[in-house]
Amino acid sequence: MAKGVAITGMGIISSIGNSVEENYISLIENKIGISRIKNISTIHADVIKVGEIDKTNEELVAELNLNDDNNFSRTAMIGTIAAKQAVENAGITSINEFRTGLISATSVGGMDMTEKHYYDYFKHPELVKYIACHDGGDVAEKIADQLSLKGMVTTISTACSSAANSIMLGARLIKTGKLDRVIVGGADGLAKFTINGFKTLMILSDDFNKPFDNERKGLNLGEAAAYLVLESDEIVEKQNKKVLARVSGYGNANDAFHQTASSENGDGAYLAMKKAFEVSGLKPSQIDYINVHGTATPNNDLSEGRALLRIYQDEKVPDFSSTKPFTGHTLAAAAAIEAVYSVLAIQNNVVYPNLNFENQMEEFELQPQTALKNKNIEHVLSNSFGFGGNCSTLIFSK
Amino acid sequence: MNKTYINGVGCISTQKTFDTVFLEEAIYDNNKTVLTIIPPVYKDYISPAASRRMAKGVKNGIVASALALRDAKVENVDAIITGTGLGCIEDSEKFLKNILDNNEEFLTPTSFIQSTHNTVGAQIALNLQCKGYNFTYVNGAVSFESALLDAKMQIEENDANSILVGGIDETGDYTISLFKLAGRVKDESNLPADILNSTSSGAIYGEGGAFFVLEKDKKETTYAEVLDVAIKNTLDISEIEDEIAAFLSTNNLQVSDIDALVLGFNGNADSDIYYKTISEKAFAATPQLYYKHLSGEYDTASAFALWMAAKIIKTQEIPEIVKANSIEKPAYKTILLYNQLNGKNHSFTLISK
Repeated sequence: MAKGVAITGMGIISSIGNSVEENYISLIENKIGISRIKNISTIHADVIKVGEIDKTNEELVAELNLNDDNNFSRTAMIGTIAAKQAVENAGITSINEFRTGLISATSVGGMDMTEKHYYDYFKHPELVKYIACHDGGDVAEKIADQLSLKGMVTTISTACSSAANSIMLGARLIKTGKLDRVIVGGADGLAKFTINGFKTLMILSDDFNKPFDNERKGLNLGEAAAYLVLESDEIVEKQNKKVLARVSGYGNANDAFHQTASSENGDGAYLAMKKAFEVSGLKPSQIDYINVHGTATPNNDLSEGRALLRIYQDEKVPDFSSTKPFTGHTLAAAAAIEAVYSVLAIQNNVVYPNLNFENQMEEFELQPQTALKNKNIEHVLSNSFGFGGNCSTLIFSK
Repeated sequence: MNKTYINGVGCISTQKTFDTVFLEEAIYDNNKTVLTIIPPVYKDYISPAASRRMAKGVKNGIVASALALRDAKVENVDAIITGTGLGCIEDSEKFLKNILDNNEEFLTPTSFIQSTHNTVGAQIALNLQCKGYNFTYVNGAVSFESALLDAKMQIEENDANSILVGGIDETGDYTISLFKLAGRVKDESNLPADILNSTSSGAIYGEGGAFFVLEKDKKETTYAEVLDVAIKNTLDISEIEDEIAAFLSTNNLQVSDIDALVLGFNGNADSDIYYKTISEKAFAATPQLYYKHLSGEYDTASAFALWMAAKIIKTQEIPEIVKANSIEKPAYKTILLYNQLNGKNHSFTLISK
């Protein structure tokens, strides 16, 4: 069994905290981050609940010490904050000292600025600078610039599984020796565009999301950014680095069923988990905790639950929970924040509660863990699925 | 370690790059600032009912990938990896305008769904019922090279034997008007454009989709071997020459081994200087080619360049229209492609016979 790629640093900003420590405290003290939307003016404000980062754009600009002529989108700002934390946490002082890359993930990119100024660009020359921040790659480029990172920079956008795929690619780049060190993760700010998109798909809940509950009504959108630093064993040894946990398995597959819905039997999810087990050399029974995708949409939880039952067959499905009742569904960033939560579960030997769960789904006998549980955690499996049938699984190990 | 071969290609572009031999009908129209695609007969590939709902990029992606599969004589692949700078931008425009114009009311999900960046890769997977690895990269001018690098790693790691890899971008009217406002598109007062010797800023824009079937085995349909792909976010002009030398050296090559150099000149004098620097010095004695006067600039235009370079290696012929200098070589065995956009997102791709 390969020992996996070392994680040496983490950074996060979400609706339940502005640092790794704050996020952890919220998770173990049941402090949820779902509320009414404040920063975006939308006609749905009184209907939907969101996981919003409790900072205005002005506050983010001030925190990052950006000039007045900056053209940072909200996504780029929260991404930069999380990435800087991760680099600091990994004790990196000279970013280009080794072959260092940045693999980011986003779905909205700078859409928050585009939607705010779309028709005003022609009348207000001072806004023209924001045209360049629309595209997905701009977020990674801003982060690279803020970190002074000159090497390989790219971005993955596979909807809600994006950041899982950036972690996967990062691990592969280290394993194959193409890079010595890579910062991986994702960022997505809330935008009117996504709020209305999910609204038209009728998968937004008007209440607190209830993953794996029989009466679940849909998801709450959220915003967040999280990045992790992966380093080669050579650097870890040479610099005597503390390893927080390891990326031991990963798998990606396509459901090839429907552009926005998951197949009834969770083919893609099943295949992604199966591949992750193959890569890690672990058996399903060795997993101590599953951080499920668990968006609380009727379709996802049914499909994911069936895929879990297919993986575990006659065996008991391990303790599992969705952390989306805390943070909302943070889209392209979801797998990155849940990677941070998975590492924290390993470090602190805890299973987080799946909040808001009341009634078991009628289709199967799967009950998530509903209260905080302390137990030894060696291996955590984390699922993330996205539009376009994109299914990803990551396994983290002590 | 497995080698990676280009065994099939498909290209939809602003030139007639399908149902032709090799750019014999290409036209260099230097009086336009934005080039539009020459559409294939979509109904030969997609049912009219499905086609009506599909975004331009999705349709072109489906056709280009179908051409590549047919060319490689394969029915299916183990993985699909795409790159796109802006995705289906027309649908993003449409959904956003509907939100703004109707105050978030009366919206339908179709354009929102298609605006998701991985729509092209997902639709191809759905059509082929390909349940394998499926990634989409969106990082400006290295979107396609990220996909290519990933595909090469998949084949090297033995994770896949055959992969469909492609780059797709489409123009959207409003987005182009914003790009004009931001100075990205060349101003019409600077026409006719002289892409190679431009003194004005702004690029000639375009759109397109190019797909490749990459496989670990060489066969009768093989065009070329992908030797290496490298991506670098930031480079000073003064660093380009050393960067290329180092890249070649890791592949045990030197400048004199390069039989043709494909450069991404787009008419923006401010950043074409990156190409000028090496074309006038290190590679002054190397045959040099350019292509964006035919394809236009877009984030994945470099996929058109790979299509062109692969064709050159296979046919051993260089169409006159893409020659940037008059130097010739008896054989074209190894080709280096260098691309960047506005001085960022540099990529180096090396292919050989």
